[in-house]
Amino acid sequence: MSTRTAPAPVPRAPARKGARRPKGIAGNTLSFWLFVGPFVVGLLVFSYVPIIWSLILSFFEAYNTVTPSKFVGVSNYVDMLTDRNFLSSLGTFTLFAIFIVPLTFVLSLALALLVNQVKIARAFFRSVFFLPTACSYVVASLIWRLSIFNGVRFGLANTILDWFGIDGIAWLSTVDPPWYWIPIVSVRLWLQLGFYMILFIAGLQRISPTLYEAAYVDGAKPGWQTFRYITLPQLRATSVAVLILNLIAAYQAFDEFYNLIGNVNFARPPLVYLYGISLGTIQDLGHGSAGALILAVIIMLVTLLQNKIFGFGKAGD
Amino acid sequence: MAAIDRTTGAPQPIGYSRTPLGLVAQVLRWIALLIAVILFLLPFYLVLRNALSTEADITSPTWTLFPKDLQWGNLKELFNDTQVPMARALYNSAVVGVLGTAGQLLLASMAGYGLARIPYRHADKVFYAIVATLMIPGAVTFIPSFIVVSSLGWVSTLRGLIIPTLFSGFAAFLFRQYFLNFPRELEEAARVDGAGHFGTFWRIVVPNSLPFFAALAAITFIGNWNSFLWPLVIGQDSSSWTIQVAMSTFVTAQTINIHELFMAVAVSILPLVLIFAFLQRYLIQGVTQSGIKD
Repeated sequence: MSTRTAPAPVPRAPARKGARRPKGIAGNTLSFWLFVGPFVVGLLVFSYVPIIWSLILSFFEAYNTVTPSKFVGVSNYVDMLTDRNFLSSLGTFTLFAIFIVPLTFVLSLALALLVNQVKIARAFFRSVFFLPTACSYVVASLIWRLSIFNGVRFGLANTILDWFGIDGIAWLSTVDPPWYWIPIVSVRLWLQLGFYMILFIAGLQRISPTLYEAAYVDGAKPGWQTFRYITLPQLRATSVAVLILNLIAAYQAFDEFYNLIGNVNFARPPLVYLYGISLGTIQDLGHGSAGALILAVIIMLVTLLQNKIFGFGKAGD
Repeated sequence: MAAIDRTTGAPQPIGYSRTPLGLVAQVLRWIALLIAVILFLLPFYLVLRNALSTEADITSPTWTLFPKDLQWGNLKELFNDTQVPMARALYNSAVVGVLGTAGQLLLASMAGYGLARIPYRHADKVFYAIVATLMIPGAVTFIPSFIVVSSLGWVSTLRGLIIPTLFSGFAAFLFRQYFLNFPRELEEAARVDGAGHFGTFWRIVVPNSLPFFAALAAITFIGNWNSFLWPLVIGQDSSSWTIQVAMSTFVTAQTINIHELFMAVAVSILPLVLIFAFLQRYLIQGVTQSGIKD
């Protein structure tokens, strides 16, 4: 890619200030705003205004209306932070992240290693694993819900259980034991493993082969030793990126929960709950705004904490 | 696809298959790979199988690998179903996909170019204001965005579906990084010929950056086509449903037969498979460049 391989370091803009452009600063200012202005205006209207508006609304009562009606101070926040459903949705999310982040990490790395070590048809294998990445969560959820993990007899999973003489399971509505986690986690694995695999393959290809040659000369056994002492450390930047992207994506889980099990209280991540209270039958935008802002703060704190722990600055690719 | 294979530098641990143990490892690796291939392709196969089966076959307790006989009529039945606004949903998705992608790339590339190349005293501050929006987690902004779109009166309109999604801080950021590395010599030649910023951008920079545009376009289109939460929030009327919202609504409201639903799923996947087949190289470049699909 030209972005990576462009050889000459580009001089910073100030270096040439005033030297070559006959138009001068005024011409540049106008041009700058002609290029950047439309984007900035849109960003103000559709990013800054909404957030400020939402912040204001979170201190007001606002049922079925987007205009603040009655000032209630921080009571929306207090309500949300003591709302058992909201708290349990945060718990659902946490459990989801605990399942999905390590599994995605290990399996996508394993896929990348497998594909990378194949000598024939490597492009074919990469395509197969990458293909689900193009599918939507809605599509995948429908396949999972209506074809694989259907609770009635015609589901594929229950058919396979039947071969072993095991009774069918109502996958998406069994709470005890919580079988619904199997479809929830596996659907996301299918959808996103290929994406992270591509990131890992890119990372693997940046490792210099001379490192492996040197290790071989030094008597390192190929396999676990080279993986542990060369591959893994060299993948540090990619690994950090994969973990952080993965965690942020997990926080934003909505589509598969909504389409697989809907708005039920036993497995409802925060976004599904907030969607329900702010855009459901009672459009409670005051509480919804407060909840969304609490969630945003939590996500930002966790991301910052992760950056601190893993040193995201080094992963700047 | 052979075209993408620029992967010759792949590290191959030396001496792997020379020992018996290496051979066993090799066989195990192939078995793992083949199992993975089956698991990854199975859902696609299930879509095809169910889309071409009768309802009775799909719901039969004796599960079969193949449909009894192929029901191509399901496709016609789907589009003739008067309860299901399928054609409208496909049209909406196509408009959102194409206009949303074109608009986002145009706005972001211009912003990125201005930030990277036009000397302006406050450019850094503008850049920080854009990057700051990346800190805000995308999905939690659906309530605030709904508030704005609703007060503009854009609920259940294509405008409401498309316009708020055009201003991607992330795309502007990627374009800025890309243009910072764009070879300056090419631009200087145009400058000498008397082209201004616009002339240089349109006649030199854009035509020479088409692979980068293609990479982001492939990713953005797929993202737009598959987007669910925002279209669900905005599409409160069935005339503004996208295909994703339509499919989701059909299944929860039981307004559709299961074989029709799977045909709808197959139809919704088709454009993506085509993009995948023809633009896979750019798609993979886009993924490794952006590291984010959204």
